[in-house]
Amino acid sequence: MNGQGFPRGKAAIIGAATYGIGRCPGISALDMAAHAGILALLDAGLRLRDVDALYTSAPYEALGGMELAEYYRIQPKITDCNRTGGSAFEIYLQQAALALDAGLIDCALIVYGSNPASRPPAGVGMTKQSPWEAPYRPLAPASSYALAASRHMHQYGTTRRQLAEVAVAARKWAQLNPEAAMREDLTIDQVLAARMLSDPLTVRDCCLFNDGAAAVVVTRADRARDGAKPPVYVLGAASVVTHREISSMPDLTVTGAAISGRQAFAQAGVTPGEIDLAMLYDAFTITPILFLEDLGFCPKGEGGRFVEDGAIAPGGKLAVNTNGGGLSCVHPGMYGLFLLVEATRQLRGEAGARQLNSPQLGIAHGNGGVLSSQATVILGTAATC
Amino acid sequence: MRESPHSRNGAPRNSKASSVALPHPEEEWRGHLAEGRLMIQRSATTGAYVFYPRVLAPDTGLEDLQWVEAAGEGVIHAMTIVRRKPPEPDYNVVLVDLQEGVRLMSRVVDCPNEALAIGQKVKARIDDLEGQKILVFVPA
Repeated sequence: MNGQGFPRGKAAIIGAATYGIGRCPGISALDMAAHAGILALLDAGLRLRDVDALYTSAPYEALGGMELAEYYRIQPKITDCNRTGGSAFEIYLQQAALALDAGLIDCALIVYGSNPASRPPAGVGMTKQSPWEAPYRPLAPASSYALAASRHMHQYGTTRRQLAEVAVAARKWAQLNPEAAMREDLTIDQVLAARMLSDPLTVRDCCLFNDGAAAVVVTRADRARDGAKPPVYVLGAASVVTHREISSMPDLTVTGAAISGRQAFAQAGVTPGEIDLAMLYDAFTITPILFLEDLGFCPKGEGGRFVEDGAIAPGGKLAVNTNGGGLSCVHPGMYGLFLLVEATRQLRGEAGARQLNSPQLGIAHGNGGVLSSQATVILGTAATC
Repeated sequence: MRESPHSRNGAPRNSKASSVALPHPEEEWRGHLAEGRLMIQRSATTGAYVFYPRVLAPDTGLEDLQWVEAAGEGVIHAMTIVRRKPPEPDYNVVLVDLQEGVRLMSRVVDCPNEALAIGQKVKARIDDLEGQKILVFVPA
């Protein structure tokens, strides 16, 4: 199957919001998600009673979908709380587009909130450590990404300096985003000199672990055109799971983005060269490098050289992670929904000081687990739908 | 070769779940390790080696996994060093490719972290860790 049956351009994001980015004390993750959802509905000019599908990945509650439906006191026809980590939200958008096209639902709310910085979860992790890895005490998840990075460096000559380019580019974008948590100057030398966590990754190669919530509202394109804001159309959406633990990853240097990306681009009928904005899940500095390669922005092995000389920073050859990313803006555990919110803001022209010049095509690529789940969404405007 | 209850030459003993509690392959693996042997599974049908130990073979879903002793020869495929605050010592975490073709996480001991390299040949050793047997590797 090549996914060509995907309903290209038939669903659109009509509302987007973030809430509580950075520190959000005093309320729960559920309260945060609820807040973000209401803000996204306001943005769309809709109300809670319009929502008939609810997609959320609660950080500490396995049955979080039902929990949020109850909180809102709505009765969604579809409720999902999938467990593909940070990639869940790109998959929700895919599933919502299919359900909308099938006429199962009319309005989907995709929502997430988490405040691990303000309310550290007291040992209520929802995943077990692999018995095949636990005795060797890898830092979860940093060491798994470090292992992938080590292999990429060995195989393709990728350098720590190239990894640092990713962190510095994210910081430069963050400095243009008032919402971003980390906005102080950051240089490549500072990244290289930062405290080493799990070679080759320093603390500055690792994403934040702060608070944040986000939401998007999705409806059918015909209805979206009557909305308050320009619709952002879903042109393609595909995903794949390749493993759970890093020791079972088929090839440490090739992610499932090579599969999901190819399918999503084919659905959308566009090529990487046409993309104006690339939102690539940056859990660690190695991840955007892998995704640039696997999504086809550069050949395999060239990702490190691709990002050199500020190429993905403001003014570079490709705009990547314009909100500052998981590295410098927000990463509350599962970051994927923030990719969709930033892409929506950019494609609508609402991104303030970091606004790109009239972008028409964006890609949002989510990552879950330890490079385990990959999900690619291609978004467009009325001009590219 | 010790026959496992899960490995009767690939023939499922019963299409229904057994009512007899069998040791889980993970426990069997630890039992082998406690006896000083690094055992991995191999599909009787395809000949493919498997790690980690399972009840069913990946790819085929067959109940045909047999225990075989691994040679213990491997190559470091990927590595990281977990850095800790002194005086706690840093330690390495590696992915090792065994010559049988399976990959597993482990640690290389008896070798300074800085001397480790991807591509380096290593040999399996069974060590004690807090009263448990643990699979580690040493430079070959």
